[in-house]
Amino acid sequence: MFRESPIIRWRNYSDRYKLSGHKCTKCGANYFEKKGMCVCGNLIFSEMFFSGNGKIVSFTKIHSGPSVFEEQSPYCVAIIDLEEGARITAQIVDCKYDELKIGLGVEAVFRKLYKSGEKGIIHYGTKFRLKL
Amino acid sequence: MAGIIGWGAYIPKYRITAEEIALVNNDNANAIKAGLGLTEKSVPGKDEDTITISHAATKNAILRAGIKTKEIGSIYIGSESHPYAVKPSSSIVGDAIDLGNDYMAVDTEFACKAGSATIQFNMGFVDSKMINYGLSIGADTSQAEPGNALEYSAAAGGAAFVIGKNEEAIATIDYTCSFTSDTPDFWRRAMQPYPSHAGRFTGEPAYFKHVVGATKMILEKTKMEMKDFKYVVFHMPNGKFPERVAKIFGVTKEQLEPGLIVKKIGNTYSGSALLGLTCVLDIAKPGDKILMTSYGSGSGSDSFILTCTEKIVGAQKKALTTQDYVDRKEYLTYSKYRKHMETIH
Ligand SMILES: [Zn+2]
Repeated sequence: MFRESPIIRWRNYSDRYKLSGHKCTKCGANYFEKKGMCVCGNLIFSEMFFSGNGKIVSFTKIHSGPSVFEEQSPYCVAIIDLEEGARITAQIVDCKYDELKIGLGVEAVFRKLYKSGEKGIIHYGTKFRLKL
Repeated sequence: MAGIIGWGAYIPKYRITAEEIALVNNDNANAIKAGLGLTEKSVPGKDEDTITISHAATKNAILRAGIKTKEIGSIYIGSESHPYAVKPSSSIVGDAIDLGNDYMAVDTEFACKAGSATIQFNMGFVDSKMINYGLSIGADTSQAEPGNALEYSAAAGGAAFVIGKNEEAIATIDYTCSFTSDTPDFWRRAMQPYPSHAGRFTGEPAYFKHVVGATKMILEKTKMEMKDFKYVVFHMPNGKFPERVAKIFGVTKEQLEPGLIVKKIGNTYSGSALLGLTCVLDIAKPGDKILMTSYGSGSGSDSFILTCTEKIVGAQKKALTTQDYVDRKEYLTYSKYRKHMETIH
């Protein structure tokens, strides 16, 4: 569920705004989410940034999502394999559902995610569009 | 003097035609199109605003500049549709493009010239060696009250420029000056969702006086003539006003047309003259001279003279062009258009 504290969101600005991730210092595997341990067993990670280029692995259309996304409905969501190896789920914008295909190239864009009501913070972050 | 190191444009994908708006407003579409000199306008996506448009244009400008974002010492965003009344757009874009923390930032507002004025700021900071590079951005998701004549032209888009030393410039900025006066032609009071305007008064004593005034001023100060310029860009509230100014100065169609982007996407307010400039930079050749005069209601015009350098050729291919964004479009019905605009508030 969505928690409305602007502070909780602020802690995620780096990965939401800039697609920052975590690189295993031993085998070089990249993760979007912070991991306790890499698949290789290493416990140490360094900060890295994903280029924002990737490919669609799977996709769907959301007609009735969480209430904060209501004004954007309906919208497309896809599982994306990023060029550097991590897999993430994100909204695909500026395209119709019929245009989406597994394997299509996508690129990151910076968009509004949702607003915290009429008076709250506007949340921004990374979404994707079909590569121009 | 300082110059432009990189430039970038961004125009949202969505469009609405004058016909579609005229149908709802019971207007004569052909009369509107002939009167305003435009056929359709750009509309922001439901998740786009001045901040996201600024970010997209800035990404392109940095690609063309070929510099590291941490080398940028300032970011200024001019707009009359900053998403927050209090909380800067500039720090959000600054964080999202990874400027770090060592940079100056502020949002500006001067109707449609809020963006061009920030080029003057950064020229001063670069020339005084306070920064190496500065970002100047003009972007808007302009608002028009349903049924108002502004609905046909109020569009969305923006342009960004990396300003730096002349030696690295793709176009040197040879001179700039402004023509300013207190003129009540167009305004929006605090807490009001839509702007108000003084009808026909927005023409002669407002737009024309200032655009012609600033342009005359810069020609006199630099002792240059219109025939010295390959391209000329005037602020574009519609397709007709810049053509009338062109006539006054004897600017040819060949000089004006390449930057006359209003005919394809409408008036992008703080992005308007600047997107005219990005159109021209996308196709200019080394040695070409450009004259640009912006206009902001209330009122003022900033005039600039630029000369393109050898470096412009390599930079042109490094990012999407303004035309790429003009060509990418999806038409909306009036009801969908209103839905897109409602998400702005
Ligand atoms: Zn590992």
